[in-house]
Formats: sequence, structure tokens, C-alpha cells
Amino acid sequence: MISKEEVQHIAKLARLELTEKEIQKMQKDLSAILDYFDLLKKAPKIKIQPMEAKASAWRKDEVLLRDEGRADEIIAQAPNKKDDYIKVKTIL
Amino acid sequence: MELTELTIKQVHEGLKNKKFTSVDLTKAYLEKIKKTDKDINAYLSVFEESALADAEEADKKITSGNFGMLCGIPCAIKDSIMVEGQKCTAASKILENYVAPYDATVIKKLKAEGAVILGKTNTDEFTMGSSTENSAFGVTKNPHDKTKVSGGSSGGSAAAVAANMACYTLGSDTGGSIRQPASLCGVVGLCPTYGAVSRYGLIAHASSLDQIGPLAKTVEDAKIVFEAIHGKDKMDATSKDYNFEGSDVELKGLKIGVPKEYFAKGIDKEVEKIIRDAIKKAEDAGAEIVEVSLPSTEFALACYYVIDPSEISANLARFDGIKYGLSVEGKDLLDVYVKSKGHGFGEEVKRRIMIGTYCLSSGYYDAYYKKAQEVRELIRQDFAKAFDPSADGIDLLFCPVSPFPAFKIGEKADNPMAMYLADIYTIPMKLAGLPGISVPAGKIGNLPVGLQIIGNHFQENKILSVASQVENMLQ
Repeated sequence: MISKEEVQHIAKLARLELTEKEIQKMQKDLSAILDYFDLLKKAPKIKIQPMEAKASAWRKDEVLLRDEGRADEIIAQAPNKKDDYIKVKTIL
Repeated sequence: MELTELTIKQVHEGLKNKKFTSVDLTKAYLEKIKKTDKDINAYLSVFEESALADAEEADKKITSGNFGMLCGIPCAIKDSIMVEGQKCTAASKILENYVAPYDATVIKKLKAEGAVILGKTNTDEFTMGSSTENSAFGVTKNPHDKTKVSGGSSGGSAAAVAANMACYTLGSDTGGSIRQPASLCGVVGLCPTYGAVSRYGLIAHASSLDQIGPLAKTVEDAKIVFEAIHGKDKMDATSKDYNFEGSDVELKGLKIGVPKEYFAKGIDKEVEKIIRDAIKKAEDAGAEIVEVSLPSTEFALACYYVIDPSEISANLARFDGIKYGLSVEGKDLLDVYVKSKGHGFGEEVKRRIMIGTYCLSSGYYDAYYKKAQEVRELIRQDFAKAFDPSADGIDLLFCPVSPFPAFKIGEKADNPMAMYLADIYTIPMKLAGLPGISVPAGKIGNLPVGLQIIGNHFQENKILSVASQVENMLQ
């Protein structure tokens, strides 16, 4: 079983708040799932080129025109804003 | 026959011959939804006003005489696909009040055809699940037995078609999310080749797997919708230049592979019988049936559940309470991120973010993510070998969609591993980016069972053509 501290460490990396109860359930569920992943060790070893490298697609870095008002609609979705700016909490 | 029971083809004929109008049809569907959906919960939102406005527009087009197959035909869209100006929740509390600022490419295409959009359908939260029980807004019940699940994640889309609450629907398939609910609800569901349909405007789940496709009453209907939505889109770099053209491929003389690993253990005996009977009928119709081996099948589920959550952990990082969606007050910026995700995401989404973060974290990457990518290549090679035309390979694979029919609501809800097994036959070909369809093949009591037909990349025509013949044979 993976430890409570390990779950808390992963949750911190994922920037995810978990309750005490959720941490306990996560210990149990993650352990069962990670145990199942051990099956992968049985698979034959092969050398591959990563999928991503095989199928890259590039586009020009250019400004594309969007429908008028689209920017306003997108900014309007922000939970906290002032004029045309999205407001965030202080970082430091 | 009621209007809501008609297929796309039949409705199109009716509209052409002025037997009814799109407004008549749309009203009939809205009425049907009102009457039926309180017991099913297939819809998360219904667009009464805009659907009728769509219908009026369509009727004008129809009067002009110049209109396509989907013009004036009422459909519904999975709530992970954006329809401009309408809520798009992905069945998550974190997007409960999110309004889509633009149309997904598939929606743009349907609107250009004159489609009538009735509303948005239920799904597992962020399309993660096999039963819609992970929806933040309640489970979708199976129209054939309301104590059972509709499957998932496109359970709302499958149930809406099965209960005649939409003529056709769009769903999305990452590990089986179109084919599995189609099988459990007794409708046709097509998962196209990776890259055949643009995902622009689909809320991302796992980007190397996500694909949009149709659910419909018949194979012919699924084909009509696929034809309308497929093709290259500059807004999705993974979409391919692909011009689908429907033509008839005779089942007679085709080589059909039956993967022996899919009948090994864990399959319901009655499901196996239905699938074997369907295969026998194809043989009687002149197809050559051969047993094939896909030896890496046993690793597919583990491979998928490393890759899928890894991609999720990156894709869902954007829901941080800043740009859109739920935002929970915190003492500083990090606190806002952590609390918004903690309050907004449901159990399964959190679980997958945690698994993915774990697999990608320092010290574990090679053992999990890198290993899974290698296994994915093995699985891809299995299929490539089976289909290899230079080695007298098969044309199509026939196999089950789901190891069991619709299960009881709640039965697997607390056991993630048991739920993941529901997709054991739909996941492997997704890892190889292949297309597949679920066609109703029989019933166990009231519960439908689908046959899965898998083809090589961009062989949708062969799949649809053969599926249509199988559909006729099994009726």
C-alpha cells in the first residue's frame, strides 16, 4: 500500500486538494491500480521511437483572424476580472 | 409509426415529400424528451427555443429545394463538445456554468448542413468512465431496463437514440466511450480512425486517443453523419486529409479475423454465444473466417491506464479557477488552484489525475509512462501484422464490444478496477488509432449486445459497408 505521505506528495504535484477521507481512499485505489500495472513488466522489451517524434505537425506562427467579440466572450468567462484583465491573487 | 422512430434516411424522404416539416419533427422530439427523459436523464440541457429556430431555418432551406441529408433533422450532442452560446459542462461541477464561446468544428459542419440541435447529453465527468455514474448531474438509465446503466462515457448520447429522444447524436470515444454505450443501449456507434474527425472544440480528455463519432439507429445513418463531420481541419493538427467516399464492399469473399484473446476469460457466456452466432452468419454469407492472435492484448488495459491518466494530468491542469469555471477563494494564487480543483473535480477525475501525476513523476516515468509507450507500440504492431495486406492479412476483425451486457447501477461504482474492465475489448484498437463500430447483434433478455467490427486505418468504408450487411443478416 502506498503511504499517506506519498499520496500527499503526488497531490501537491498535481495541485489538488484532498480531504483526509479522500487521501485514505486514494491510498487504497492507487495501490490496487499500480499493482495491476506490474503486468507491464511481463511485456517483451522493444526499442521504439517515441510516438510523438514520429508524427509531428508544424504550423506557421502567424496571427489568425477570429470572429469579432470572441475575445470579450472568452474574457467574460473568467471568474475574477477588472475591465479587460483577468485578476489573480498575489503570487508572492 | 411515430415521427421520432424514423431514421435519418426516412426523415429526409418525409421532408422531401412534404409529409411533415422540420418544425413538426422538432416539436415531436421536444415532446418526447419532456415525457421520457425524467425517467432516463439522457439530457443535461434541452434547447427548446433555439431548436425550433433551427427547424424554421431548415424548413426554409427545404422549401428552396436545395438541402442535404441532415437538413432539418433533430440531433443531440455530448456535453463535452462545444455549441456556441450554450452551456458546456462535461458533466463536471467545475464547468457547471461554463458557456461555450465558439462552435466545435463538427458543430460548425452540422450547422452548415442545417441540423437542428435539441440539446446536450450526459456523460461521465470529463468523459472518464463506462457508466455515466461519474456524471456530477446523475446517472443516465438504460432505456431497456431502468435499473441498469446506459454505459459510458457517451451514455446520454446512446440512451437518447435508443429512447427516440434524438434522431442521432454525437459522442466521443477515448477508450470505448462511443462503442460500449452503443452496445449496452442497442444502437449503432462508430469510433472513427484517429485523425478522421477534427477534435477542435471537444473538451480534451487524452489527446492521443480522443475521437468524435456518431451514434445512430442504423449503420446507414451513422455513415451519413460520419460523412458530414469527417475531414481535415486546420484547427486540429492531428486531423488528416481524408475524403471518405461510400461505396459497397461485399462481405462475401472478405477475410474476417476473430481474435482468440478476446474470448479467453471474463466474457459472459451469453455474450459470447451472440457474437459467435453473428460470426457464423457472416461465414454463411460467404466470408472467410480465420482465427488470429493479438498476443499483446493482455497488456492493453494496463497500458491504457498509464497513458490515459498521464495525458489527463496534463490536460486538466488548465482548470485552475483563473480563466474559466469554478473558482474557490484562497489566501494566495496556489491556494486558489488547489482548492478550485479539489472542490470542482469528482472522484474518478481526481483518481486519474493522481495516477497520471504519479506515472509521470520523477523516478517513476521510465517504469510506467515509457514502458507503456513501448507496450503501445507492441499492440500497434499486433494489429499491423494482422491487417498486413502484403502477408495476406485480414480485412476486418469481428469481436465483442463489452464482456457483459448493461450492469446494475451502483454495481461497479465503488471499484475502479472492475469498472475499467468494461473497456477491455474497446481499448486495444484505440491504442493503435484504428476505427471500429458497434452494431446490435442480439439480446440477453431485454439487454442488447453489440458486435464490434474493427478495420485498418481509414477503412471506415469497409467497416460501414460490412456492418450494414451484418445488420440486415441479424434482423
